[in-house]
Amino acid sequence: MSERASAAGPAPAGAGPVDLAVVGAGPAGLAAAVTAAGLGLRVTLLDAGDRPGGQFYRHPAPGLGAARPEALHHGWAQFATREAALRAHESAGRITYLPLHHVWTIVPGGAAGDRRGHAAPATEWILHAVAGHAPEERAATVTARAVLIATGAYERQLPFPGWTLPGVVGAGGAQAMLKAGLVLPGRRVVVAGSGPLLLAVAGSLAAAGAVVPAVVEAAAYTAYAGRVPALLRNPGKLVEAATYGGALARHHVRLLTRHAVTEAHGTDRVEAVTVARLDRDWRPLPGTGRRIPCDALAVGHGLVPQLELATGLGCATRTGPDGTVALVLDAEQRTSVPGIWSAGETGGIGGAQLALTEGELAAHSIAGALPGSRLTRGRARLRAFADAMAAAHRPGEGWTGWLRDDAVVCRCEEVSAGRIREAVGDLGARDARSVKLLTRAGMGWCQGRMCGPAVAALAGEEPVPDRRPLSCPVPLRHLAELPCAEH
Amino acid sequence: MRSPRALVGGSPAAAHEITFDGRELPALPGQSIAAVLWSAGVLAWRTTREGGAPRGAFCGIGSCYDCLVTVNGRPNQRACLVPARPGDSVTTQEGTGRADLAV
Repeated sequence: MSERASAAGPAPAGAGPVDLAVVGAGPAGLAAAVTAAGLGLRVTLLDAGDRPGGQFYRHPAPGLGAARPEALHHGWAQFATREAALRAHESAGRITYLPLHHVWTIVPGGAAGDRRGHAAPATEWILHAVAGHAPEERAATVTARAVLIATGAYERQLPFPGWTLPGVVGAGGAQAMLKAGLVLPGRRVVVAGSGPLLLAVAGSLAAAGAVVPAVVEAAAYTAYAGRVPALLRNPGKLVEAATYGGALARHHVRLLTRHAVTEAHGTDRVEAVTVARLDRDWRPLPGTGRRIPCDALAVGHGLVPQLELATGLGCATRTGPDGTVALVLDAEQRTSVPGIWSAGETGGIGGAQLALTEGELAAHSIAGALPGSRLTRGRARLRAFADAMAAAHRPGEGWTGWLRDDAVVCRCEEVSAGRIREAVGDLGARDARSVKLLTRAGMGWCQGRMCGPAVAALAGEEPVPDRRPLSCPVPLRHLAELPCAEH
Repeated sequence: MRSPRALVGGSPAAAHEITFDGRELPALPGQSIAAVLWSAGVLAWRTTREGGAPRGAFCGIGSCYDCLVTVNGRPNQRACLVPARPGDSVTTQEGTGRADLAV
């Protein structure tokens, strides 16, 4: 084991780099870790959460005594078999599993680390993490010969007036709080935004006792019609969609497509939302708004790959069909930086099944083993489906039509749409970075994770790759303990 | 009646208590502070620095930092990530949560 309590402290005797460090214990990272260990690698699996599963297989804490955690999940058995494998590999000493370890940076170590700026590929990597909860958090490092970044994604949010009211929560956030803590944000919950996650969220909220008056989807499902081949190659996905559709019908949930929540109303908390019809470009049609009373709104517009660790290493990126930035990966899940692999949503939003497949593919590549055609064909098929879905739900340009000037865009710094428009229109900002410098949008606690896509759209710019040198808050004493860089 | 607990057949270990602004709230073992507050019907537990607007949990996964709260006197803790421990004193956080510094 190569973890040590402090970056400055001495390494335990005999500790060398592990063969593979996996960042993230969601579907991709978990599948990769157990597959790699099965292929003979010594693996350290680090995860910010306190239980394996990531956001998709998030499940109740053991103290909640859930007899049927699978009731909140699709494909739970695929998680259960891998979690059992993780525990077996842990007992056998092949995997060191480090929950509550939030990796905040990865740097080259060994010879390449000593000759920073030279072209020689790194032979080992040092991962720095914040471990544990405040106030007992401590610094931890792991050294590895190869790294798999499986950091997943967070939700994409498009702002609208009233979206900062208590009771307005992320659709994925509502799902996460339900899965882990068995709680609901309200009794009458409108679900809105865009993407297939909405159907799953509405289904589980309704099954858990909430009344869901409507699912409000900005895209039109007819957008899938042009993608029939990708759909037909994935009958399992169609069955999944039918399952969600059946659940919504059973709970009397209305599905409104090509509609959006254009405003949330209330003073101390949400009391109602306005829902309006959209044109093909997601522009709200005047005169179509109507109010739906509710005490919560679960809203999200798809997912954004979480890339700061990879972009910090210089990994190349591309823009996906949903308009988000994802990593460029080769057929074996390698990034453009030798020694760094990635799997799951970081390579483009594609769902848990694809993440499991990619994790196993990456593990084979890292171990130098042939993956077999099941994995390679599975990835191609699932990626085609994901791309079709991503294109269908890509936000239309007209969505800013519901963004009144007084609406908050940057939640942390409380910057309104009007101030951002002023920076763009009057002060000449042409990109999100200039808007940030002029208005502080994106400069707060979340570092633009929530407002980034919206600010980029208002600045008339395609989203650019995340550049955040620290992926989570790091106590200054941890930075002070780092060894000095050699020059 | 349907409920999250009924859905998963949950039979939690004994509840413990935390306080929120002096009010005692039941907490189930393993729940985050945000989950304890949601189950008590509390959706807001801080005010913003500029506008003094109420905020609570939004992203639910530690990305948005909207759910910052003061726990046992320590401000700026993400309520959606921090587990509720028996006897925790959670208090509404106003602004930066550093009013005691008088800066």
